[in-house]
Amino acid sequence: MHIAEGFLPASQCLIWAAAATPFVIHGARAVIKQVREHPERKLLLAAAGAFTFAMSAIKLPSVSGSSSHPTGTGLGAVIFKPPVMAFLSTIVLIFQALLLAHGGLTTLGANIFSMGIVGPWVGYACYRLATRLRASLDVRIFLAMAFADLSTYVFTSFQLALAHPDAASGFGGALAKFLSVFAVTQIPLAIAEGIVGVLLFRFLTQVARPQLTALGILSATDAPAREEAVANA
Amino acid sequence: MPERKHRSVRVSTIALVVALLAILIVPLVIHGLDSEFAGTDSAATETVEGSGYRPWFEFRLLPESTELESGIFALQAGLGFGVLGYALGVLNERRRNRNTAATDQTGTDDTPAANPEPSHPDARS
Repeated sequence: MHIAEGFLPASQCLIWAAAATPFVIHGARAVIKQVREHPERKLLLAAAGAFTFAMSAIKLPSVSGSSSHPTGTGLGAVIFKPPVMAFLSTIVLIFQALLLAHGGLTTLGANIFSMGIVGPWVGYACYRLATRLRASLDVRIFLAMAFADLSTYVFTSFQLALAHPDAASGFGGALAKFLSVFAVTQIPLAIAEGIVGVLLFRFLTQVARPQLTALGILSATDAPAREEAVANA
Repeated sequence: MPERKHRSVRVSTIALVVALLAILIVPLVIHGLDSEFAGTDSAATETVEGSGYRPWFEFRLLPESTELESGIFALQAGLGFGVLGYALGVLNERRRNRNTAATDQTGTDDTPAANPEPSHPDARS
């Protein structure tokens, strides 16, 4: 979710930018490290980044009568762990702030924090929790994608409420107001994003099995049905 | 057994696609095809401006134009899906080459099942 240019007071813009910066730097280092140490994962990393890039551009209609963007950050967060998403999201947000006046340069720090940090970490946490509860891979991916998406927008509501508390009902009232703008619309879209993630991940388990196994997402012992049949032929 | 698993995966994939289409099409049915579907981003800025706040900074590299804007959004989506499609395509080809290499060579088993990369300590099935 992108807070538009100039919609956060300057002081808060600086605070969010300062808060986001270490994550972005760490994320950039993590990306460089991945590419250098595991060049065979470059394509997968590019796919994760490209997915977020594409998802942020699409506007989808919601049952609430409004429309919104998915985020696509859950996938990369699960496959490569959240830090890289801070960097990849920054690229997307700069692109959109510069070329589309969508989001903003003043609000870049805040938007990075919600989309590139909170979203991926919440998504990843859901993935780990679901793994611990022994949920199937599909369920884990679904939860990661859906909650990465939803938490991004919930956090944006929080950021906006912080900056624009309601005259009468203060922060709480403003939070409720912004949540009602975002959350209701976003829920079906978060579910849709979860489904897309599951479908995409199924394909990835087919074509990128070695990389995903090395990354710890898939266990080395289960061979896919088709390859098993080929090996036994 | 592999065949049965394969078929159930196909059924659930189709079910997921149907569910996805339903989520995206139902809004159009409920609100009608002429409905505006205003973005929540703009709804948020309107909510903020409702209390009298005005943005204190503006930055525009490109002229303000809805045509240009939708064009660049399309470009962004195109680039994203283009790179994604390319990456998936190459990964798919590599997987195919792995499989044919495995069946071509007798005596050397190159299937991933036989040659797993070192497993991550957190690996789960």
